Amino acid sequence: MHEMSLAESMLQIIEDAARTQKFTRVKTVWLEIGQLACVEIEAMRFCFDAAMSGSIAEQARLEIVETPGRGRCVKCSLEIPIATLYESCPGCGSYEVRVTGGNEMRVKELEVE
Amino acid sequence: MCTTCGCGIGQALIGGHALQRSRQHGGQMHFRAREANEHVADAGASRIVKLEQDILAKNNGYADANRRYLSEQGIFALNLVSSPGSGKTTLLVKTIAALNGAQPLAVIEGDQQTDNDAARIRSAGAPAIQINTGKGCHLDAQMVGQAMQQLGLQDGSLLLIENVGNLVCPASFDLGEAHKVVILSVTEGEDKPLKYPDMFRAADIMLLNKCDLLPHLVFDADLAIEYARRINPQLQVIRISATSGEGMAEWLGWVKDGCRNAVAAKQHIV
Repeated sequence: MHEMSLAESMLQIIEDAARTQKFTRVKTVWLEIGQLACVEIEAMRFCFDAAMSGSIAEQARLEIVETPGRGRCVKCSLEIPIATLYESCPGCGSYEVRVTGGNEMRVKELEVE
Repeated sequence: MCTTCGCGIGQALIGGHALQRSRQHGGQMHFRAREANEHVADAGASRIVKLEQDILAKNNGYADANRRYLSEQGIFALNLVSSPGSGKTTLLVKTIAALNGAQPLAVIEGDQQTDNDAARIRSAGAPAIQINTGKGCHLDAQMVGQAMQQLGLQDGSLLLIENVGNLVCPASFDLGEAHKVVILSVTEGEDKPLKYPDMFRAADIMLLNKCDLLPHLVFDADLAIEYARRINPQLQVIRISATSGEGMAEWLGWVKDGCRNAVAAKQHIV
C-alpha cells in the first residue's frame, strides 16, 4: 500500500506550496494519475483523507484526473493506446512498446484560500 | 509516528535508530487546521494555485543524491526486489560467501519487522544494517541514504540492498541504485510477470531462482521468461539456484563486471 507514502508526499508538496504561495486552507486538490502509474485510485482516496487529517488540507476534496496509457512501438513507431504494460503493437505484433504517457503522478493544482 | 497527524512515517528504524525525516516530524511540519483557521478571516476568496509537481519528486531527489555519492565512491549498488520467500536472503548469503575477501561489500536489509535477515548476513561475514519500515511496504531513497551513512561504505564496494518482499510498491521508488534485480522463483506462477508488470518493467535483470526444483514442479521456465520479456524486452535473465549453485558463476560474473565498471567510472570522474 504505497499509496500512503504517496499521500504523505502530496501533503509535503501542499505544505511547501502553502509557505511560498501564502495560503492557509486547501479546499480542493487536483491530482493527475496515469492509467499505468501503479496507483490504486480507491486506495489513494482512502490514504489522502488519512494523510490530510489535521493539516491545512483537512477535508479537502480530492479530484482525480485519470490520463490514459499511451505507447509507441519501438519496431514500427506506431503510436497506440495501451491499458497494460504487456500489450503488443497492433501494427507489427512486437512487445517492444515504449510508454509515452499515462505514468504520471502529479499534483496539478489546488483551490486554496 | 508523527505526533500531529498520526501518519506512520516516523516508525521506520535504521539499525535500530529512528529514521530522521528532514521535515515531517512534529507540529511545525504538519500545519494544524486549527492554526490555519486562525488566519482564515484575513484570507480572500478562493483562488487556484498551479503546481504540476510530481509526487515522487522528493524521493527522486534523494535517489539522485544517493546515486551521485555512489558514483563518486565507485560503489556498485543493486536493489533486489521480489515477492516474500523468493530466496533473496539465501542468494545474498551465497553471493557474499563466493565474493568474500575478493570484493568489499555491504548489505542494507529492508523488512517491516525484525533484525533476522541482517543477522543472517552478518553471520555470513558482511557488514549489514537493517531497516525496519514498520508499516511501510517499501524502502525509499531517504532511508537508504541514512543507512549508507551509518554503514560507512568502503570505496569500490558492492552494495546489495534487499528491499521489502513485495512485488508491487518498491517498483515506484528509485533508491539511487545502478540496477533493480528482480528475483522470481520457480515455486511461484509463470504468469507473475504479467500479474505484477511494473516491477518487471523497472528491473534490468531477472534471476529465475530455485531452478534446482524444476524437475519436481509444473513450471514452464521458458514461458515465464517470455512473459517477463513481453513486459521488458531488454530484460537480462539468469537461471539460478542459490542452493545447487547453478547459474551462480554467471550471476557473480555480472556482479563483478558491474563493480569493475563502477570503479573505472569513478577514476574517470576524478
